[in-house]
Amino acid sequence: MSTHQDGSDKFSATRRRLLKGLAALPAAPLLSSTALFPSRAFAQAPATSAVNTTGLAVTDTDVTVGILHSVTGTMAISETGSVQAEKLAIDQINAMGGVLGRKIKFVQEDGASDWPNFAEKAKKLLVNDKCAAVFGCWTSASRKAVLPVFEQYNGMLYYPTFYEGLEQSKNVIYTGQEATQQIIAGLDWVQREKGAKSFYLLGSDYIWPRTSNKIARKHIENFMKGSKVVGEEYFPLGHTQFNSVINKIKLTKPDVIYAIIVGGSNVAFYKQLKAAGIDLSKQTLLTISVTEDEIDGIGGDNIAGAYSCMKYFQSLDNPNNKDFVAAFKKMWGEKTVIGDVTQAAYLGPWLWKLTVEKAGSFDIDKIAEASAGIEFPKAPEGYVKIHPNHHLWSKTRVGQAQLDGQFKVVFETPDLIEPNPFPKGYQ
Amino acid sequence: MTTQAPTSGRSFFLRPQDMIGIALLALLLLVVLPLALDNFRLQFVGKYLTYAFVALGLVLCWGYAGILSLGQGVFFGLGGYCMAMYLKLEASSVENTRIQSTPGIPDFMDWNQITALPWFWEPFRHFGFTTLAVVAVPALFALILGFALFKRRVGGVYFAIITQALAAIMTILIVGQQGYTGGINGITDLRTLHGWDIRTDGAKTVLYFVCVGLLLACILLAYYVKSSKLGRLLVAMRDKEDRVRFSGYDVSSFKVFVFCLSAALSGIGGAMFTLQVGFMSPSFVGIVPSIEMVIYTAVGGRLSILGAIYGTLLVNWAKTSFSESFPELWLLGLGGLFIAVVLAFPNGIAGLWQVHVAPRLGPLFGGPARRAASPAVAEPLPVATPAVAE
Repeated sequence: MSTHQDGSDKFSATRRRLLKGLAALPAAPLLSSTALFPSRAFAQAPATSAVNTTGLAVTDTDVTVGILHSVTGTMAISETGSVQAEKLAIDQINAMGGVLGRKIKFVQEDGASDWPNFAEKAKKLLVNDKCAAVFGCWTSASRKAVLPVFEQYNGMLYYPTFYEGLEQSKNVIYTGQEATQQIIAGLDWVQREKGAKSFYLLGSDYIWPRTSNKIARKHIENFMKGSKVVGEEYFPLGHTQFNSVINKIKLTKPDVIYAIIVGGSNVAFYKQLKAAGIDLSKQTLLTISVTEDEIDGIGGDNIAGAYSCMKYFQSLDNPNNKDFVAAFKKMWGEKTVIGDVTQAAYLGPWLWKLTVEKAGSFDIDKIAEASAGIEFPKAPEGYVKIHPNHHLWSKTRVGQAQLDGQFKVVFETPDLIEPNPFPKGYQ
Repeated sequence: MTTQAPTSGRSFFLRPQDMIGIALLALLLLVVLPLALDNFRLQFVGKYLTYAFVALGLVLCWGYAGILSLGQGVFFGLGGYCMAMYLKLEASSVENTRIQSTPGIPDFMDWNQITALPWFWEPFRHFGFTTLAVVAVPALFALILGFALFKRRVGGVYFAIITQALAAIMTILIVGQQGYTGGINGITDLRTLHGWDIRTDGAKTVLYFVCVGLLLACILLAYYVKSSKLGRLLVAMRDKEDRVRFSGYDVSSFKVFVFCLSAALSGIGGAMFTLQVGFMSPSFVGIVPSIEMVIYTAVGGRLSILGAIYGTLLVNWAKTSFSESFPELWLLGLGGLFIAVVLAFPNGIAGLWQVHVAPRLGPLFGGPARRAASPAVAEPLPVATPAVAE
């Protein structure tokens, strides 16, 4: 048994239909729009046998999807936002009449910050619950653990985190940025804007920071004239002693500190940086791993002045984002903050809905095929489009951290950047 | 308290009630569960059973010999990594890895700018070597550690702390050397064993039965060790080490032996885990999984070979079903279960069975033997000793 939004067995499904029918009776004369009137929307829905030929959990009235994130353990602090965003998107889609006339139900599983556990739960969602799509994972390690499961049982995963690239699968849609999208525009910006010539690369010791720094180094050395890397260092996950590297930074005086430190280590790093007298309003620091969620822990006054390069900031000024931020806060509380990954997670259910409607089917093979070219103009980050390589075309932005924990957007690429998970010349 | 002196005239190492216990377990694992569970749940049981190898090792090492190791995850991991290296090399054929800058090496090495296969990976191209390494590498590691510590008479709590530190060191080493080990991601995307696709449901079912078969063999081995002279010496050492030493026995050698045996058993479990789950990661090597494995043994009853197997199954089943039902609260529930078990039944499930159930069932099920003069139950129950050995 798992947590279902609407109960899981036939009894409660029937009861819900009954209740809905009863509720609709007095309201019937008041409603005219088909989109707001579920029973008429269902009447138009195509037959289940036509839209579901592979035995997914699709009935005449609803469709089951999975949510697979860590809600316990060290990653819970990061992944909670993604869970909230996905639930919000599902709610909104259901309020509009669902997908192909079917209401979305979800089964939530806890990855527990434990990669093997992710694999076990992914298998359960696909084999046991027959989920039509799964929204989930956060760390690269968890994605690597579930990838063979999704490929073997032919599931569809919407993965929200910015990540290292070097991967492409029929069974995954990557709604975050891959490394070149996130890195290159930011480096070019810092060179142009700050005249930066020397870079000190830092990172947590695992695949994403290492690959990202590899791409950064190649770009700095091969594509940015006169620039060089003056240091590169890695720290174990959860590391909290940064004094020795901060001393080295003080000695080498790089133009830019390029930091890809993740999770709880960030708190120690920025506090120690401040304590060592490095003033981020004078020393340029560019990071690709600090979102509004991380600042919540670091504290705005410890990081104010640093630059972060990614595709979304909560402060983005456009009508889509205003609606999204308002709806998110209404559902999850005024105090919640929305980071890049949370927004990317929000895209997942929407992109899936649009793809299913384009394909006219819930079948995974048809969705995988129909994904290329799907456009979502209502995305909070602005228009996005799925590339044939299953990553998103998106803009890259640079934001400067403010005392209140928000970012002020100081740069935005004029065009959407093409995702390129296997970049030539950067390997 | 020591084991009862063996009944005179007994030539076989299994008592009738042991045979019935093993037969019942075999019936459960080989017939009842495969019939009652669908393929998907059966694969979970297969995964849990790989931990049972570790629990079995802990019964010998901790329950009988009194050596509490909080680093069994290291041996489980070593066995698992040996198997994973073989499978990964097979999955990284040149045609499978064409998109890499260096085709023919595992993908994570390519991501870490390694351009040639490291020397210590080379032997793992051979299946024979790998099978041997699964048992030999953990055992050898335990041998070195055991010699270094037991010969210096390091024992008890100090030994437990050192093994725990070892688990931490091992995790840091694996995570830090990600070009050679796959880092925190572990070794993933394993596909075939000797050309046989291990990802299909059919293959998983076969592997389940192989796993059960190996486990039953290891259980027999454990019973053999337990009933041998060595087994009785181990118990004697646990209860009065000095007396055994003064009787002229080389205590440390026996300790090294049982520690190596438990490491080898853990290694087999790790290899079976890799085969069934399809990957290996440092999260099975660290302190937390090592302690969890001790908990399985404690819940089952650390003095009972079969109890440890049931304990492992029960705890893992509870873990899976709690987390499916209450994704946000399950850890609290599981913690509560452990506290309850330790407080209410310090001898675990096996203790419950022997005190409450067995006496009603008669001697064949572990009840008091008719001819035994003493009221002692079949398995020795320790006098309220604290949970940690000495």
